[in-house]
Amino acid sequence: MIPSMAVHHRHHAQRANWGRRVLIGAAVVLALLILGVPTAVVFVHAFGKGVDVWWRAISAPETLGAIGLSLLIVAVVVPINAVYGLSVAWAVTKFRWQGKKWLVSLIEVPFSVSPIVAGVATMMVYGSSGLLGGWLMDHDIKIMFAVPGIILATLFVTSPFVAREVMPLMQLQGTEEEEAAQVLGAGGLRTFLSITLPNVKWALFYGLILCTARSLGEFGAVSVVSGHIRGETNTLPLYIDLLYHDYDSSGAFAAASVLTLLALVTLVLKVLVEGRRDAAMDDEPNA
Amino acid sequence: MKRGVLPGFSLTMGMTVTYLGLIVLLPIAALLIKAGGMTGQAFLAATTSPRALASYQVTLVSAAEAAAFNAVVGLLFAWVLARYDFPGRRLLDSLMDLPFALPTAVAGVALTAVFASNGWFGQFLVPLGINVAHAQPGIAVAMAFTSLPFVVRTVQPVIEDLELEAEEAARILGASELQVFFKVVLPTIAPALIAGITLAFARCLGEFGAIIFIAGNRPFDTEITALLIYIRLEEYEYGAATAIATVVLSMAFLVMLATNALQAWQQRYLDRG
Repeated sequence: MIPSMAVHHRHHAQRANWGRRVLIGAAVVLALLILGVPTAVVFVHAFGKGVDVWWRAISAPETLGAIGLSLLIVAVVVPINAVYGLSVAWAVTKFRWQGKKWLVSLIEVPFSVSPIVAGVATMMVYGSSGLLGGWLMDHDIKIMFAVPGIILATLFVTSPFVAREVMPLMQLQGTEEEEAAQVLGAGGLRTFLSITLPNVKWALFYGLILCTARSLGEFGAVSVVSGHIRGETNTLPLYIDLLYHDYDSSGAFAAASVLTLLALVTLVLKVLVEGRRDAAMDDEPNA
Repeated sequence: MKRGVLPGFSLTMGMTVTYLGLIVLLPIAALLIKAGGMTGQAFLAATTSPRALASYQVTLVSAAEAAAFNAVVGLLFAWVLARYDFPGRRLLDSLMDLPFALPTAVAGVALTAVFASNGWFGQFLVPLGINVAHAQPGIAVAMAFTSLPFVVRTVQPVIEDLELEAEEAARILGASELQVFFKVVLPTIAPALIAGITLAFARCLGEFGAIIFIAGNRPFDTEITALLIYIRLEEYEYGAATAIATVVLSMAFLVMLATNALQAWQQRYLDRG
């Protein structure tokens, strides 16, 4: 299992000593060197030749096309993952049945599959030599080296994100409130929409944020299935790769700066949502 | 067995199983069917060619280096974040997730720029004869960057939950801070630390995006297995690509099984304590 990203922090009585200062100092310096420097370098290179060069790179039709495709992928993948994640969480946490552990392990499988392997696996279903390849070709349906293939590969790698964030909270909340709603005559959908969904909304948002970040940034799996058709199947990360290997370094870093900015926004949103979600967790008497 | 009174079990279970089957299990099954359809000879030729063997070696060695680095640095971050309150703690805490939030291709171009001979680190390292970009250490650096959060986020909650009484008792009995750490703290957090290292190692084995920019990608030298799969696809060697992908997939499942076993052991360990 992959650790969930957020951690509750307990406040400690502080003992001021040199060891503590050295360790905090070392951690801050290392974080700056390991995490701060690479982030800063992206912006330094992106804006190194001036803001107008950056803007020209960003506003080039091909860059805008790549941004558009990446946003389209997010717009398709994230809602599907929300529905899937909520279904998984409902089936796993609101009922007692055998084999739950197995299902949860299967749901988390994509976490341990290399993105390249995910891409090859997608290809072995929909590619010309894949299981459905002949049938798809007979019916003139294009999935590989086209947008549907990119969406399928992204769905593969992002499928566990929402489920694993919503499940722990739904588990903690138990079934009493929903059962009460049932007794009072609410239907299943009404119970879900007015009881369950508000209860888990912050965990859901949290999962959606993680899912969005990964959908925007996925490289390996998408790289295999995209076919790299200029202006058609290049997502933003693939476009960075293309510019970089064309020796257009300022263009590559300009595109990278957009994704870095989005990653920083993700971190900020995450901190905001995390607080709300932890509050929801702490409110649970079962916790 | 009574499941409960709530509706929607068949609906949500049906959706879950259908979606999981179509999106995740069908592709994996297709990969295994394709690999299973190869002759043993062709499978072995693809997976044990000298170039493939060299790629396993560079991938495993680099992943081990990255995991070892993260064992130490990740533990330091986890400790400082869990145990101390200081200005900027929340900022440092959220910065830990940067490698998960930052697209791997961006990490790749950024790290390459940092370690290039005119880069911020490279200008000092290259004159000393330390080549990171376009060399094997670059692979380990990219792996370490992308897998750092695994150790931090696995160990941090366990340190948060440690009972301080045992440490206090050791101090009262005259143990030095180092003795307290190595004899009291480390044995308790060891299962979580090992689990975190295993997860980081697994992630390193599969990493692609961050590495291909910085590695130099020379066959037999700095070519990782994930890249070799990609190259085989570009050569339309779908059989060979599938065979090597099956090897990588099996490695990942072995690591996952080991992690689950470790976590079960950790749970027993904690329950006993």
